[in-house]
Amino acid sequence: MSNDAISARGDLRLTRITKSYGDFTAVDDLTLTIPKGSFFALLGPSGCGKTTTLRMVAGLEEPTVGSIHLGDTDITTTRPYQRPINTVFQNYALFPHLSIFENIAFGLRRRGIKDVKEQVDKVLNLVELPHLAERKPTQLSGGQQQRIALARAIVNRPALLLLDEPLGALDLKLRRQMQIELKWIQREVGLTFVHVTHDQEEAMTMADTIAVMNEGRIEQMGSPADLYDDPETAFVANFLGQSNLIKGKIEGTDGDNLVIDLFGQKISMPKKRSHAVDSSMYAGIRPEKFRISLVGTPTRGNTLTGGHIEDVSYIGVSTQYVVAMPWGQELMVFEQNDDGVAPFDKGDEVVISWEPTFTFGLRGDEDVGAGTEVNPEEPTEE
Amino acid sequence: MKIGKARVPYLLLLPGFAFLFTFFILPILNLAQTSTQTPVKGGDTGQYEQTFAFSNYINAFVDNREQFGRSFVYATLATILALAIAYPLAYAIAFKSGKFKNILLVLVVAPFFTSFLLRTVAWKQILGEEGFIVPTLRSLHIISEQTTLTSTAFAVVAGMTYNFLPFMTLPLYASLERIDPRTIEASGDLYANGLTTFRRVTVPLSMPGVVAGTLLTFIPAAGDYVNAAILGSPNTKMIGNVIESRYFKIVDYPTAAALSFTLMAAILILVTLYIRKAGTEELV
Repeated sequence: MSNDAISARGDLRLTRITKSYGDFTAVDDLTLTIPKGSFFALLGPSGCGKTTTLRMVAGLEEPTVGSIHLGDTDITTTRPYQRPINTVFQNYALFPHLSIFENIAFGLRRRGIKDVKEQVDKVLNLVELPHLAERKPTQLSGGQQQRIALARAIVNRPALLLLDEPLGALDLKLRRQMQIELKWIQREVGLTFVHVTHDQEEAMTMADTIAVMNEGRIEQMGSPADLYDDPETAFVANFLGQSNLIKGKIEGTDGDNLVIDLFGQKISMPKKRSHAVDSSMYAGIRPEKFRISLVGTPTRGNTLTGGHIEDVSYIGVSTQYVVAMPWGQELMVFEQNDDGVAPFDKGDEVVISWEPTFTFGLRGDEDVGAGTEVNPEEPTEE
Repeated sequence: MKIGKARVPYLLLLPGFAFLFTFFILPILNLAQTSTQTPVKGGDTGQYEQTFAFSNYINAFVDNREQFGRSFVYATLATILALAIAYPLAYAIAFKSGKFKNILLVLVVAPFFTSFLLRTVAWKQILGEEGFIVPTLRSLHIISEQTTLTSTAFAVVAGMTYNFLPFMTLPLYASLERIDPRTIEASGDLYANGLTTFRRVTVPLSMPGVVAGTLLTFIPAAGDYVNAAILGSPNTKMIGNVIESRYFKIVDYPTAAALSFTLMAAILILVTLYIRKAGTEELV
């Protein structure tokens, strides 16, 4: 809270943060450390509390309970303009009455920096738009405005750069391109980026570490690969990509493996990949990890028999199969089309197999639908 | 009947244009014609003939330059006062009023439900000897026992400020309300404190409202005569009062017409200069 908050540097630490609006708890007892220099993503559906968390870090909201530290400095109640933190706002919030140059120079001028021209030119070159300096924001395309919003923030060299759904207003193609560019710029300038998004692909492409948020809490935190490969909850399993979750029962152990009964068929999986707390559990397998073979052909690893192809969707690079299992569940299987055309037809009797190490185990009392009903393209929370 | 699509806009313009032609263009042409007439020699009062006497303009202006000057000074003062009162009001309604926003907006326009004349007469009573203001100020020794508030320049300017306040408030409110709150947040995020944000972001973004509001206040105030007639004295006569008395009391149509044209031209020139200076075309 001291006046030198502006020069604070270091890891961002949120300690037991709660934010309530009347009866509604937007953020619920959240503790989180974001290491200096990392590209961190807060991922979650609308209303999960990720934007509220970001606004508390920016100083636009004050936590009901808890504290925020930047390095050793407590910034919980520091005014936004006294924090060494800059934000790339959703819809950019460029100043419509100022030229692009003056938009970018705004923060520098407020702090009385001397070589404004030089610094603005440098950052305009970084975002590759030096020719637009004299234009007004309304004369720029969405993608250009996005880059200017980024330039306006990073020119200040903040300890922390916050990105609030920065690519939400761009079309898909431009979004993919900007994802790569943002990542490159983050490496180039070496700042800590905290990125809020509801788009799991965006978070996975850019972030070193992702915290998946749901209902004001962090469900799981880790690298994109960890989260995808070994989700701990049904919400994470469904929100990041797709998952087949099959109800099962742990029968016993076999060395480092668990032996599991799935509707009468035995499979095995590594013990350390199970998050079940008792014998009741869900076995999770990603659709692309499944292999399909016709009945009678050899298989390896775990196998489930008795299925038949219910539906085939050819989507170019891969084919999506829906396989109906004897216990009534429909499993999703993605097969690469590396052998040409999809080799299976609707109605084929098939066996499903996969490597035991790709299995993940969830608690038996999970809500298997959690995280599936979320439409990832819906507009974000306000 | 089928109307070509291209013609629709013109058809929509037609009623307005017909109205303006009949009630604005024609009277103006008539006024222009009157302004250069001179009395018929040996004729009755009110009998004039066209002699293209452009000297009417010079005489009218020279004889009434004091009232012209007063009109523009009073109108400027009333505009500045109205801006000073309306800006915080519009700001509060736009950003701080929450669920009371609509009620407050209705209150801003509420005075329009009674007549302009009636409200001005009410002001005369409020500022008069029987009102509560004068005795209060006297008992507090802020004004002396001899000082009155009616029949003063103060009363005229105060009346104009009051009467034109809604014309200032509404455009200001409209432009403040349009400001994206995220730009205000962005300013704070970029190291500007509250005051700097107000100066560098809020005020520039509300300039269209400031320009519209000041014009809507200044233009009618410069030509107003009701406030000066009811709240003023012969010493506070404005150009509107002169035009009114030339027309209806002295029946000096040419002078009244010449004064009207001069006033119109002066306002047009001032407004053009003002808009140039304010540079609103650069705003969204």
